[in-house]
Amino acid sequence: MKTVCFYFQVHQPWRLKTYRFFNIGKDHNYLDDLTNRAIMQKIARECYLPMNALFLRLIKESKGAFRCSFSLTGTVVEQFKAYAPEVLDSFRALVDTGCVELLCETYSHSLAALSSKEDFKEQVKRHAAMLKQEFGVKPKAFRNTELIYSDEIGAMVGELGFKAMLAEGAKHVLGWKSPDYVYAGAGDQSLRLLLRNYKLSDDIAFRFSNQGWCEYPLTADKFAEWLTQENGEVVNLFMDYETFGEHQKASTGIFEFMKMLPKAVLKHGDLSFATVSEAAARHQPVAVLHCPHVMSWADEERDVTAWLGNDLQNEAFGKLYAMKDKVKALHSADFDYVWNFMQTSDHFYYMATKWLSDGDVHSYFNPYGSSYEAFINYMNVLSDFEIEVEKALAAKRKKAKKQ
Amino acid sequence: MRVLMFGWEFPPHIAGGLGTACYGMTRGLARNGVEVTFVMPKASGDEDKRFVDVVNASDVETVFGKVDSDAEDIIDKMSFIHIDSNLVPYLSPEDYVTYHDEFVKTGEKRWETGDVWSQRYTFSGKYGANLMEEVARYAMVAAQVAKNLEGQFDVIHAHDWLTYFAGIAAKRVSGKPLVVHMHATEYDRSGENINTQTYAIERAGMHAADRVIAVSNLTRNIVIEKYGVPADKVVTVHNAVRFAEKESEAPERGVSDKIVTFLGRITFQKGPDYFVEAAAKVLKRVPNVRFVMAGSGDMMNHIIRRVARLGIADRFHFTGFLRGADVHRMFQLSDVYVMPSVSEPFGISPLEAMKSNVPVIISKQSGVAEVLDYAVKVDYWDVDAMADAIYGLITYPALSQMFAKKGLEEVTSLKWNNAAAKIKSVYEDVIAEQTRINR
Repeated sequence: MKTVCFYFQVHQPWRLKTYRFFNIGKDHNYLDDLTNRAIMQKIARECYLPMNALFLRLIKESKGAFRCSFSLTGTVVEQFKAYAPEVLDSFRALVDTGCVELLCETYSHSLAALSSKEDFKEQVKRHAAMLKQEFGVKPKAFRNTELIYSDEIGAMVGELGFKAMLAEGAKHVLGWKSPDYVYAGAGDQSLRLLLRNYKLSDDIAFRFSNQGWCEYPLTADKFAEWLTQENGEVVNLFMDYETFGEHQKASTGIFEFMKMLPKAVLKHGDLSFATVSEAAARHQPVAVLHCPHVMSWADEERDVTAWLGNDLQNEAFGKLYAMKDKVKALHSADFDYVWNFMQTSDHFYYMATKWLSDGDVHSYFNPYGSSYEAFINYMNVLSDFEIEVEKALAAKRKKAKKQ
Repeated sequence: MRVLMFGWEFPPHIAGGLGTACYGMTRGLARNGVEVTFVMPKASGDEDKRFVDVVNASDVETVFGKVDSDAEDIIDKMSFIHIDSNLVPYLSPEDYVTYHDEFVKTGEKRWETGDVWSQRYTFSGKYGANLMEEVARYAMVAAQVAKNLEGQFDVIHAHDWLTYFAGIAAKRVSGKPLVVHMHATEYDRSGENINTQTYAIERAGMHAADRVIAVSNLTRNIVIEKYGVPADKVVTVHNAVRFAEKESEAPERGVSDKIVTFLGRITFQKGPDYFVEAAAKVLKRVPNVRFVMAGSGDMMNHIIRRVARLGIADRFHFTGFLRGADVHRMFQLSDVYVMPSVSEPFGISPLEAMKSNVPVIISKQSGVAEVLDYAVKVDYWDVDAMADAIYGLITYPALSQMFAKKGLEEVTSLKWNNAAAKIKSVYEDVIAEQTRINR
């Protein structure tokens, strides 16, 4: 019996407004409310709402045979609440069927795993608390931002009590091995790893509408046939949820494809769906996977250079996390809110200068004209935030002295 | 005395040093009793318009509104002639081709120059296909203008190399003496890799002229050494500066830190990289200071990367391209202004900073260094001296207050009336020489 494991990433960053040097010290509203709202409502209309309705129907029609997993970042949930509460309700309805698992991740879709253990744990705990509050669930499986993984990160995740974690089925890590098995992490061998089958995942996420692709058009039956041909125990199809209706527009037929897929898959007696935790529990790990260097699911290189690959990104990242102790010392919800959305990896992604092979992906919803603009804007906001933090700290110290 | 002047449209249509200088100079000349017929290119983009368009002084817009509002004294001394043309100051042959191609491809009629003060220009495709052709066409029209105005002027004055052919043509037609004004040389614009066509026109203009006016001794030396112009033909007349009468309110400061500003095009000529290195040195010693680089240019991305690599991006800010009121606001927010130009024929921006009570640090390689006493002068490459000066001005209030106060006095005394008087005496010399020869 082969397992098909679908997982969808749901994330939107809080986009910063054009924040000029003249604003520093005066203007503490950093977000582009109009753009954030417009993008959120557009994606809700074109992707989240129709897709959630479709999945709900598929689950009911298949009597729970269709199952899948989601990861919703803290920032996207904040935006649901602000601009599209009906989307949050539709996710709750999905979770309530018992056929949808929610994964834990970093609250802000951040790169905290690359900063320090302390930052990482804080972000994960914050996300788990959000899931508890909004959905009443305690997550058992973990996915890190952009599937960033290394032995060290795996060890941190195991320490936090998670049983399973997602990672990229990167060729340079797997070598001759197949991604279609469950592996054990080298940092924590009790942690089970599910590796993305990037070929089959990208067939849906990137190639689906490509008319130059020799397999175009992709039908549900054809795809199900491919799934049966995979040698292995579990096929992991991980992709951005915005694939449906955004990256692949409704006119490409992506919704019809997904509508037909469960039936086409279940027609084959040897295929079944499972959530991440179910898939990890169902199959024994076949080997320990060693990954001493950090990998991710991004770009041709499957590394983290899309976020921390040039001087601009390293500088912004260093300056941001240099502030963490001060922000923490404030214990203020307002400052934590800004602190969290500033950590979102997208800000660093916009500063990338490697546009050669994956330029298209980098330009999805990118509000900036160039990486330099992105950097300047981010640093201006960060400068103002730092001034505000210092002011608040000074006020706090003064108050403490009085008492 | 009457002058036929080939100049450039007044602000706000053009600016940078040239338009502003032309405006201040003509006002000063009018005050000195010189009558000016001012010829300028203006692209109407309108096929039906005549080549030449004579306009009233009161129809010429300036940065401070129409001319007539505060300058009745110059209206009867000046008349304006528009020649229909694409020419704008600081245009290089390469730029012209780019804009022309762009126009042919897209029909887009506007472009922006990279200068901090610059505005949008209209570009029309009906003019010369390349800059040299347009310069020649402009000269032919200028000759016709000179012919029509025969007997109505005593001397010809041409600004910037783009109008030199026009000046030469007018001189040939009328037989009147020609004065050319060097606001910048090709060596300032391009370093040693000069455009030889531009150089050739500059050289031809200066050799055909009876006098060359240079905006600084720095420029005068370049003219003598690199263009082979006899030294006794070249006169230095420093630019002056004219300020809007109304003083705007100082903007509220957002940050308590000291602000050190660079404002200008981010190009090799302006020396932005030296500013960054000096900033890094200062930031190692004093934490409560911020550096601002205002402007844009072809070195901007390079500078941003350098700032990130030095790890000072939280203290070094970029504003991008600033215009009009924002330029003024930036000056008012500054505690120190730095102009580290590698080569600057004159450089008017430090004067504007001083007018806003800001102490300035300027490179010794700028023309303005010749007229200022209350400015810190350093070699543009001497990053240590620059950092030291910045440190001193932000750390010792006595020093910065002295520079601000004395600087304001000094800059206020740089009047176009005085510069115009010198120019008038140049006119008198060439006219006297010519009558002597003719006699």
